[in-house]
Amino acid sequence: KSSVQTIGEEQIQNPYTELLVLKGHHDIVRFLVQIDDFRFASAGDDGIILLWNAQTGEKLFELHGHTHKITAVAPFSSSGASEEKKHLILSASADRTVIVWDCSTGRQVQKVSCFHSTVKCLTVLQRLDVWLSGGSDLCVWNRKLDLLCKTSHLPDAGISALVELPKNCVAAAVGKELIIFRLIASNDGSKGWNVLEVKRLVDHQDNILSLVSINDLTFVTGSYAGELIVWDALDWTKQASECNFWDSSVHPDAQPEIKLTQSPNETSVQHLTSDEECVFAAVGKGIYVYNLQMKRVIACQRTAHDSSVLHIEQLPNRQLISCSEDGSVRIWELREKQQLPAEPVSTGFFNMWGFGRANKQANQAAKKTQENTPMYFLELVGDLIGHSSAVQMFLYFGELGLATCSADHLIILWKDGERESRLRSLTLFQKLAQNSDLQLK
Amino acid sequence: MISAPDVVAFTREEELEGELCSEPPLPEEYSVPLFPFASHGANPWAKVASSKFTRDFILISEFSEQVGPQPLLTIPDDAKVPGAFDLNYFSLRIMSVDYQASFVGHPPGSAYPKLNFVEDSKVVLGDSKEGAFAYVHHLTLYDLEARGFVRPFCMAYISADEHKIMQQFQELSVEFSKASECLKTGNRKAFANELEKKLKDLDYTRTVLHNETEIQKKANDKGYYTTQAIEKANELASVEKSIIEHQDLLKQIRSYPYRKLLKESDFHPYEPECAPGQASTGCNRDLTTSDLAEPGETRLYAHVPSYTPKLIKAKSAKCFDKKLKTLEELCDIYFFTQTLDQLHHIERTFRGDVCYLLTEQISRALLKQQSVTNFLFEDVSFLEEKPPEKQYRGCQGLSQDTIDRKCSEESPAPKVVISLGSYKSSVESVPIKMEPEIEDSQEPQMTESLTFEHQENLDYLDADIKGSISSGESIEVLGTEKSASGLTKSDSQASLPVSPSPQAGRSKVGSRRTVSEDSIEVLSTCPSEALIPEDFKASYPSAINEEPYVDDEEEGLRFTPKLSLDNTDDQEDILKEENLVQVDSACCIGKESPNFLDPLPDVGQKPCEEDGVVRIPPQSYRQAEQGLRGSFGSFPSHEGISGGLLPYELESRYPAGSRDISKSSLDECSDSTSYISSAASTCSDRTPSPAHPAGQASDRHKKKAGQNALRFIRQYPFAHPAIYSLLSGRTLIVLGEEEAIVKKLVTALSIFVPNCSVYAKPVKHWVTSPLHVVDFQKWKLIGLQRTTSPAGVNVLHALSRYSRYVSILDADSKTLRCPLYKGTLVSRLADHRTQIKRGSTYYMHVQSILTQLCSKAFLFTFCHHLHLPINEREPEESVVHRRMNFLKLQLGLANEDIKIVQYLAELLKLQCIQEPGRGVNPLLRFDYVPSFLYKI
Repeated sequence: KSSVQTIGEEQIQNPYTELLVLKGHHDIVRFLVQIDDFRFASAGDDGIILLWNAQTGEKLFELHGHTHKITAVAPFSSSGASEEKKHLILSASADRTVIVWDCSTGRQVQKVSCFHSTVKCLTVLQRLDVWLSGGSDLCVWNRKLDLLCKTSHLPDAGISALVELPKNCVAAAVGKELIIFRLIASNDGSKGWNVLEVKRLVDHQDNILSLVSINDLTFVTGSYAGELIVWDALDWTKQASECNFWDSSVHPDAQPEIKLTQSPNETSVQHLTSDEECVFAAVGKGIYVYNLQMKRVIACQRTAHDSSVLHIEQLPNRQLISCSEDGSVRIWELREKQQLPAEPVSTGFFNMWGFGRANKQANQAAKKTQENTPMYFLELVGDLIGHSSAVQMFLYFGELGLATCSADHLIILWKDGERESRLRSLTLFQKLAQNSDLQLK
Repeated sequence: MISAPDVVAFTREEELEGELCSEPPLPEEYSVPLFPFASHGANPWAKVASSKFTRDFILISEFSEQVGPQPLLTIPDDAKVPGAFDLNYFSLRIMSVDYQASFVGHPPGSAYPKLNFVEDSKVVLGDSKEGAFAYVHHLTLYDLEARGFVRPFCMAYISADEHKIMQQFQELSVEFSKASECLKTGNRKAFANELEKKLKDLDYTRTVLHNETEIQKKANDKGYYTTQAIEKANELASVEKSIIEHQDLLKQIRSYPYRKLLKESDFHPYEPECAPGQASTGCNRDLTTSDLAEPGETRLYAHVPSYTPKLIKAKSAKCFDKKLKTLEELCDIYFFTQTLDQLHHIERTFRGDVCYLLTEQISRALLKQQSVTNFLFEDVSFLEEKPPEKQYRGCQGLSQDTIDRKCSEESPAPKVVISLGSYKSSVESVPIKMEPEIEDSQEPQMTESLTFEHQENLDYLDADIKGSISSGESIEVLGTEKSASGLTKSDSQASLPVSPSPQAGRSKVGSRRTVSEDSIEVLSTCPSEALIPEDFKASYPSAINEEPYVDDEEEGLRFTPKLSLDNTDDQEDILKEENLVQVDSACCIGKESPNFLDPLPDVGQKPCEEDGVVRIPPQSYRQAEQGLRGSFGSFPSHEGISGGLLPYELESRYPAGSRDISKSSLDECSDSTSYISSAASTCSDRTPSPAHPAGQASDRHKKKAGQNALRFIRQYPFAHPAIYSLLSGRTLIVLGEEEAIVKKLVTALSIFVPNCSVYAKPVKHWVTSPLHVVDFQKWKLIGLQRTTSPAGVNVLHALSRYSRYVSILDADSKTLRCPLYKGTLVSRLADHRTQIKRGSTYYMHVQSILTQLCSKAFLFTFCHHLHLPINEREPEESVVHRRMNFLKLQLGLANEDIKIVQYLAELLKLQCIQEPGRGVNPLLRFDYVPSFLYKI
C-alpha cells in the first residue's frame, strides 16, 4: 500500500554493518555537533550535553548545567594561531542561559544568563571572532562573553535561524520575514560592534523553516508552505524561487487534485542542504534536488520516508542521507539516468505511473523540452533501522561512520564493519607487539 | 571439553599390554590394540561380584584403645552404600598400615611427655579379596584421657577401582589433607581447652591438698609425720608434677608450627575473623615464651565458658570403663562440621568413573592453555577458582622464552598424574612392622632378591596364572607417602630430592605379590612430587638416573629413552632451534607446512611434544600426551618408537618411562580380574561424575542442555540454519506462547552461543516486552513471549521492524525465519542422525567441535598478514584476497562457515584489545542478507 520505496535485505552498497548504541540521555536527543575529527557532542531535551568519541563510542564527558531542554548547540573553536587550538562549545537552553563548555576538560567555562527569552539559534562568526545569539533579539558577543551590542526586540517568535553572509552581514529568519543585519565596528570603542538592520525581505508566504548559505554569493531559504527561494547574498535580491515545486513545476503531468490532497505539513521545507550545484531539500516526506543553474528540480523522491524527513545531508560521493520521524535513516544516491526512448518519466522520479499514462501527450511534450538535459533520479542504496522513534538528526563522520540521534533517547553509531574489523586487528597486533606475549589479562 | 568419555572408556591404557606381549610379529606401530577380554564375552563394564559395595565412599575409622579398630562413620552416610562390605574388617586392615611416625610419651632423656606434631601418612591399599582399594589417610588427634594422649584415626577413600585411587592419588591427598588439617586444628583447640580445664582442676586440687597438709601440720605437733601426712605430701608433689607436665603440654600444643596454615592459604577452615590473626602470629612465633606467645591461638581458645574446677585424684586411672570421647568431642563442633563438609565435597568430587575424572582433568588442563579462546564457549569461571595445586604447569605462555625455561627447568607435569607413574614404578615387600625409615632406604641385597622374585613373577604371568598369585589374605599397600611437608619433619625424607639414590633404589625394588600368607605388599612408597619443594624441581630429572637399571629388564617390552642427563642439554638446544622455526612458520601464512595447516590450539606447545620422550621426567606424561594428541601428524619419530604408537598407547607407556612399563603391565595382567571389577564398579554408579562441586549445577545444566539440543536437532529439520545464526552472531529469537517450551528450546540452543566476554552468557531465557536494538546488542539468544494482547502486537511489530538483525524460531508454528546456510560445519555439529544418545555426551561432542572451531578462529585472528598488508604499498584488495584464500583453502571453510569464523575472530579481537577494567563495548554486527522461511 505504501508508496515508499523499499529496499530488500540485500544492500550491497550499504557500508554500515556494525552499530554501537550509545546510551546516556534521558530524553529526546535533538542535536549532534561535531567538535573535531573524532569527537562529537549530543544534546537534547534532558538538558545534558554529552561528549562522545566517535571511533570507540566511549562517553567522554557529561556536561550538566542547564535546567531545561537545550535549544541550540554550536561548536566554538578558538582559532588563535599562537595557542593550542581550544575546542569549546556553546549551548543555549530554554532556561534562558548560554553556557560555554571546554571540550577537553568537560568543564563549564562561562555562563550567560541575562537573556529575556530563550535563545533559539547560535552562530559563530569566526572571521570577526564574535558569536551571535538569536531569540527575541539578536545579540552579538565576543569571545570573553561580553555583550557587544544587541538589536531591539523583534516581533513574533523571534529569530528561528541565522546565517552568515558576506560583508559582515547576517540573515535572520523571523517568522515569515528575512531580516538582514550588518555588523559595523563602532566608532567610539576599538572593540565594539554595532548591529544595524539593513533590509527586510518579505517574499515568503509562510514561516521560514530553513535557511542555508550555499556559497559566498547565494543563500537559500525554505518555508513552511513549501516555498524555496534562492537569494543573492550580496544585494539580497531573489535569484530564483520555486513555489509548489514538489509537483507541477517539474512534473508536467501531475494533476491539480493531488495538490489539494497535500496538507501544508507535507509540503514544508524541513531542512535544506546544498553543494555547489544543487540544493537538496527535505520537503514533507520527500526529498527534492534543485539545480541552481537550471533553476529547476532535477530529481526527487516524493515519498522518501513514511513520515516527515527531518534532516538531510549530502555526502561527498553523490550520496544523500536522510532521516525521518519514522525512525529510519536512508541512504540515497543521485544517479544520472539513461535517456530511455519510450518513457521519459522514470520510476525513480515518482511512483506515479498511473498519471504518467493518463496524459501521454503531455509526456511527449515534456520529453521534447528535456531532451538535451541529463535526467537524474534518487536511488535508494540502503536503510539503517535501529531507532524506535523519530531520528532527529545525524552527523556524518566520514570513515568513522555515522551518528544518529533520536527521540528514543539513544544515539547510534553506525560503522563500516569491514573497516572496524581491520582496525581491531591493527590494535591487536600493536598490543601484541607491545606486550610481546599473549597473556592478555 | 576435548574428548568424550564414551571414547575414553575404550582407550584405557591397560588393555593393550597383553596383546603387545603376545604378538610381536606385527610391527608395533601398525598394531591396533584389541580389548583383551573380548573373546571371553566380557566388556569393560561387566560387574564383578568381588566388590560388595555399589559406589565409592569415605570411611572414617579409629584405632580405639578399648576395642581396637572400629569404623566410625561413612560418607555418604547411607547404609546402602557400603552394603555387604565389611567395614569392621576393612577398618582393621586400614588401621594396620599406619606408618605415621607418631610418638608421644616420655622420650628417653626427657622429663616430660612430649607431643609430636606428626605429619599425616598417606597410603594406598588394596584388598583383592574384598575388591576394594583405598586411599588411606592416617592422622592423630590428641586426647588428654587417651593412652599417650593420642588417638589414631584414619580417613579412607574406598573405591572398587584401583586405578582411580592410583591416578587420583595426588588430588585425594590434597583434599584429604585439607580435611585432616581442619580436624586437627579443631582438635588442638579442644585439646588446649581440655588442658586448661585440667590445669584449673589441678590447681584447685593443689590448693585443697595444701590446705589439708597445713591443717595436719598444725594439728600434729609431735614432730613426726604420720603416714597420712606423708601420703598427702606425696600426693601434693605428684599434683605439682602433673601441673608442670600439663603446663608443658599446653605450651607445646600452643606452639604448633603454623607454617602449614600459611602455606595452604587457599583453605581456611577457620572463622574468617580468626584467620588473619593466626596467620600473622604464626610467622613470628617464639617457641620458648609460653602462654602469652600466641594471641591468635589464645583468642581462638579463649571463648570457653567459665569453668568451675573440681577436685581430682592425682593419678587418673586409665581404665576401660571410662567412655572415650567421640570424634565430635575431640574436635570443636565447628571444625567437625567443616571437616564433614570437606569430606562430602571429596565424595562428590571423586564420584563416578575414573575416565570421567581424567577427561575432566585433561580437558581442564587443555582449556587452561587455550587462555585466549576458551571464553567463547567454555564456562571459564571454574578454571579460575581451582586451587593452584591442580594447575598443570604446562607451557602456558606462548612466548618462546617461557617455554624453553619451563621445559628445561621444571617438569611441566600435571601433578595429578604423577602418582600413576611413580607408584607403578616399584613393588616392594615389607613386613608389617616395618619402620618408616626402611621404606626409603632399602638394603641393596634386599632389592636384588626382590628383583629376582619379580622376574619369577614375570614367568608366572606368562604362564597365564592370573589371579592365583594373589593370596586371599593379602593386603596390598600400593603406595604410601609422607605428607607434603614431611621434609621439615622427618629426616628420612629430607634427603630425597637432592640425591636420587633412594628413589632409584625404591623403584628398582620390587616384586608384586609374594605368595606368603601374612605379608603386606607395599607396592610403592615413592614420595609424590609434592614432597619436593619448588627449588628442587629442576634437579628432578633424577628419574633418568634410573637408567642404569634398565638392563635388568626385558628389552622388548618397552621403549627406552636411551638418554642420560648430559645429552638432554643437547636435545634442548636442538629443540630450541626447532621451536624457532616452527613459530616462524606459524606467523607467515604463505607456507603450507603441516603444522600450519593443522589447527592446533597450542602452537606454542610444540617444543615439549618434540622431545616428549626424551626430556620430560616421567611425571609429565600428561603433557606429552597432550602434545601427541594435538599434533600427531607432525610428530617426528624421535626414538623410533613413538612414531608409530597411537596416542593413548604412549599415554599408558610413557609415564612409566623405562622399566616401569613392564611393571605396570604386570600389574594389570596379574590383576586382570580385579581390574575388570574395578571398571565395573565405576560403571555401577551411573551418574557421570560431577567432578567439581562448583560446577555441579552447571554439569546438570550441561546434561540437560545437551539432551534438549539433541532433541532439537532430531525434531527440527531446520536446526542447521538456526545454529548457524547463533554461531555467526545473529540473534535468534525463540517465539512462543508457553514459557516452558520456549525456555527448553533456549536451554537447548544455548550451548551453541559464543560468549561475548568472560562474564556473561548472552542468553535471555524469557522476555515479554517488545525488543529493542539494544537487546540484540546484548543478547544473542532470546526467548520471547507471544501474546494476543495489544502489547503482543507491539512485540511482533518490533520483531518485524528489526527483522534484519534477528532470526526467529517460532516454537508454536514450528517455523524458522533466518538466512540461508550452505556450509558444512554445522552438519557435523548437529547431525540429526547422530548415534549419540546421552545429553552429556552430545554436549561434549559439541564442545569438541566448537573447540576445533575456536582454534581455527584463533589462527585466523592472530595471523598478521591476513589482516594487515605486508608492506605499505600493498593494496587492501590483496589482503582481502589473501584472507579469503586462507579461510577457504587453509581452514577449509565453505560458504557461510567463513562468517562463523569471522565472527568468532571478531569476538577474540574484542576480548584481546579490551582495556583492562573496562568491559567490552557491546557492538552489534550484522549483514544485509535475505532471510528465508523454513517450515517443517
